[in-house]
Amino acid sequence: MDASSSLYLILSGDPTLYAIVRLSLIVTLSATILAGLIGLPLGAFVALTRFPGRDVVTVLLNGLMGLPPVVVGLLVYLALSRSGPLGFFGLLFTPQAMIIAQAMLITPIIAALTRQAIEDLWGEYREEFTAMDVPPLMRVRALLWDARFSLVTILLAGFGRAAAEVGAVMIVGGNIDGFTRVMTTTIALETSKGDLALALGLGVVLIAIILSVNALAWSIRQWAERYAG
Amino acid sequence: MRDDLENAAPLLVLDSVTVRAANTTLLDGVSLSVLAGAPTALIGPNGSGKTTLLRVMMGLVETASGRIERNNDTRAIVFQKPVMLRRTVADNVAFALLAASRPADHETISNLLAQVGLTGIANRPARKLSGGEQQRLGIARALARQPRLLLLDEATASLDPAQTSLIEELISAIADGGVKIIFATHDLGQARRLAGDVVFLVKGRVAEHAAAATFFNQPASKAARRFLAGDLVL
Repeated sequence: MDASSSLYLILSGDPTLYAIVRLSLIVTLSATILAGLIGLPLGAFVALTRFPGRDVVTVLLNGLMGLPPVVVGLLVYLALSRSGPLGFFGLLFTPQAMIIAQAMLITPIIAALTRQAIEDLWGEYREEFTAMDVPPLMRVRALLWDARFSLVTILLAGFGRAAAEVGAVMIVGGNIDGFTRVMTTTIALETSKGDLALALGLGVVLIAIILSVNALAWSIRQWAERYAG
Repeated sequence: MRDDLENAAPLLVLDSVTVRAANTTLLDGVSLSVLAGAPTALIGPNGSGKTTLLRVMMGLVETASGRIERNNDTRAIVFQKPVMLRRTVADNVAFALLAASRPADHETISNLLAQVGLTGIANRPARKLSGGEQQRLGIARALARQPRLLLLDEATASLDPAQTSLIEELISAIADGGVKIIFATHDLGQARRLAGDVVFLVKGRVAEHAAAATFFNQPASKAARRFLAGDLVL
């Protein structure tokens, strides 16, 4: 019964369900873009430069990949609450706060995976580039370009992680109906209320989105293998 | 032949060059003058220091001692397994041209690809090429630097006779164009076919350096005689 009701909600274009999906996508896409803007250059920088404490940064980035969402949520909550250092922005319980929390969560993932991808490629290219006297800036550009398919896959992995996250957005978004309610928080709430139809419907949409993202990542890899080698 | 060569100004001089890695001596007091002219073959058993010597000449390896005198001529190297950039054949050449501060225009790229016999596959992914094609693309990238000294590290290793023949024709053509080529090889027939002189290395030392005809017909060292006879020289 719940399953058929949830299917009906999806197929009938239920406005509540699709408003939640729309907000979820906006928040997660924004967070992925923000995390990409920080994580991609950060990962490339760590991969290609030697500085004191580089190993510590590498271990830290790798360790932060497993950052618990609720801890991120708590930290962002403390920072954005009225008495917090960024409280004057008035962002707590807004979609912007959720974007910040998700971006914080996936930036280490994007940075750490970017570092690994660029460092591996650099290991391959180092001797050729040295022999060719490739200038430093040209090296960085070439590495980022030649790793482009891996980097897109990394961004999609970050997107998937952010989309499936519930703890952080629940804390900093407040799960306010029609304003900060996203798929994962709604599923948690509706399940506790016993309204399984909406929870199941959103669960199906969320899984469909995650599968689509993974299918896209796989397709990009296949295309890259075939056309770029 | 040696007398003729010795009258020319050397492109590169190595004087008692020693290279060490960890506790191993890879090159041990190598002295060598590289002169313009016919290709020079580096031969010797595995681990004799051929690749290390090429890398020293290219400036890719730090020496423990000795002196290297380079004039300012451009050098280029093609590794045994050249790494292809994840781009098309044409884009690989364009990259090498830009790295050498040369314009990467269509005509220059086409000319370089034609020179190595890769016309018609400019838009194929470089990593999808066969081993022989990748070697030729590696040579095209090296030629983009307009080198006077071209170093080739076992360019025909693991290639079939047809591909080997293509590479050898290419080496001859490049040498005829005035580029000095130094190539490391395990193929004694190839050294006979291409080289003007031979440097025979054993355990990181130059055991013999002579004109190719002299080396193959009247080797001076016992190690060279054994090597040419097919004995295992360790």
